[in-house]
Amino acid sequence: MWQIFHKLGSPKWFFGISTRFMPWLLVGGVLLLLAGAIWGLAFAPKDYLQGNSYRIIFIHVPAAFLAQSIYIMMASAAIVTLVWRMKLADMFVKAVAPVGLVLTFLALFTGAVWGKPTWGTWWIWDARLTSMLILLFLYGGVIALDRAITDDKSAARAVAVLVLVGVVNIPIIKYSVEWWNTLHQPATFKLTEKPSMPAEMWVPLLLSVLGLYLVFGWLACIRMQTEILSREQRTRWVKELVMKGKS
Amino acid sequence: MNAEAYPTAGLASSSVSALAAMKGVFARDMKVAFRQKQDLLNPLLFFIMVVTLFPLGVSPEVSFLSEAGAGILWVAALLSVLLSLDHLFRHDFDDGTLEQLVLQPQPLFLLILAKTLAHWMLTGLPLVLLTPILGVMVHLDGNSIAVLCLTLLIGTPILSLIGAIGAALTLGLRSAGVLLSLLIIPLYIPVLIFGTGTVAAATEGAPVGAYLALMGAFLMLALTLAPFAAAAALRISLSNG
Repeated sequence: MWQIFHKLGSPKWFFGISTRFMPWLLVGGVLLLLAGAIWGLAFAPKDYLQGNSYRIIFIHVPAAFLAQSIYIMMASAAIVTLVWRMKLADMFVKAVAPVGLVLTFLALFTGAVWGKPTWGTWWIWDARLTSMLILLFLYGGVIALDRAITDDKSAARAVAVLVLVGVVNIPIIKYSVEWWNTLHQPATFKLTEKPSMPAEMWVPLLLSVLGLYLVFGWLACIRMQTEILSREQRTRWVKELVMKGKS
Repeated sequence: MNAEAYPTAGLASSSVSALAAMKGVFARDMKVAFRQKQDLLNPLLFFIMVVTLFPLGVSPEVSFLSEAGAGILWVAALLSVLLSLDHLFRHDFDDGTLEQLVLQPQPLFLLILAKTLAHWMLTGLPLVLLTPILGVMVHLDGNSIAVLCLTLLIGTPILSLIGAIGAALTLGLRSAGVLLSLLIIPLYIPVLIFGTGTVAAATEGAPVGAYLALMGAFLMLALTLAPFAAAAALRISLSNG
């Protein structure tokens, strides 16, 4: 077990293994996303109340789901960074923060587009919307702090502290729906409960979520590889790799 | 300017109890602050001016102000605490006292707790004391003002404690001020929501006990966890330089 632990800490080992499974992540993710999207957009039944406008759910929910889940993954990696000083963990945080930011923005944007026909407004200061906005700010803060500190090691540890402090917000974000007096629109869909929608709707949704997870995995790998190459550029294996690529 | 040494610095041993060290840090920070009185006044003046902007900029109507007043005061208080955070470690960092503090044998988080407490006494508490006057100026009724003061009394220490983490993280960075705001405001939002929510409930005549208890729980959480995070952040920032 400890051997795996040590291997996980080695950027070189990760570079090799990730190169091998990255194509699978990409192909699997794109296939699942395509299946989910085509099924959801073209074949899933129309909603009796919202008509076709509900179909944006096949983008909105996966993006929102990933946005929160990425933050939790970042927090786990931050613990690893602080406790074991594992290089890969801090590279992961650095690599995925912009992905999380983009997905949070996508969730907010598609939510606004969806909100216009169904709620009659682009934006309301509803607990769920506001909490996603806070998440967007948190991602922004993480990226800003990382860019502001020039030394890689200090940046990684400072960012890890910030990410962990931000985790306090996650339960608050989750329960703000109940705590905050507002004209709250109840959640349309929850994965934890038996979905209130027919299988023809939620199966493609699940496919899209899984597909996006795989694509995210691919993105995380390629961004981490870039980070590894830039940080380890003075080591021999990176030099050899680059020379091989040239010839 | 700032050369008041930490009382524990000369002793450099663990013979000084942690509590005595905390008292020493607290007393020293208060003394240094009162030697630069303008720095104490600035956040308060800022607080008053921000509150003034709303009636002039949005609407001086009594109906608007009595409804939005609590929120305005909370936002203004939040911003003035944010503004004052830069001072929390900056001077000590510049003249090297902070490094001495980190080198003390007493646990760093306790010393940071003492520093944060001093910071709150110098910025948060005066804001709370000013609130009744400004509350009358924005046409809040007596009950709302009392509840508002209470929420600020519980809320401003939370702001100082969370702020200490941000101040420690951004220590010694370029454009630290803006960065500090970017990092800290998302963490302040829940405190703001509950602070203003409590006052809104009080204005409607609803019982506020549960709200206040929740804010108290926030304070306990911040009091117990924030100094650890701030201490970790401080060590990172100092090893950076």
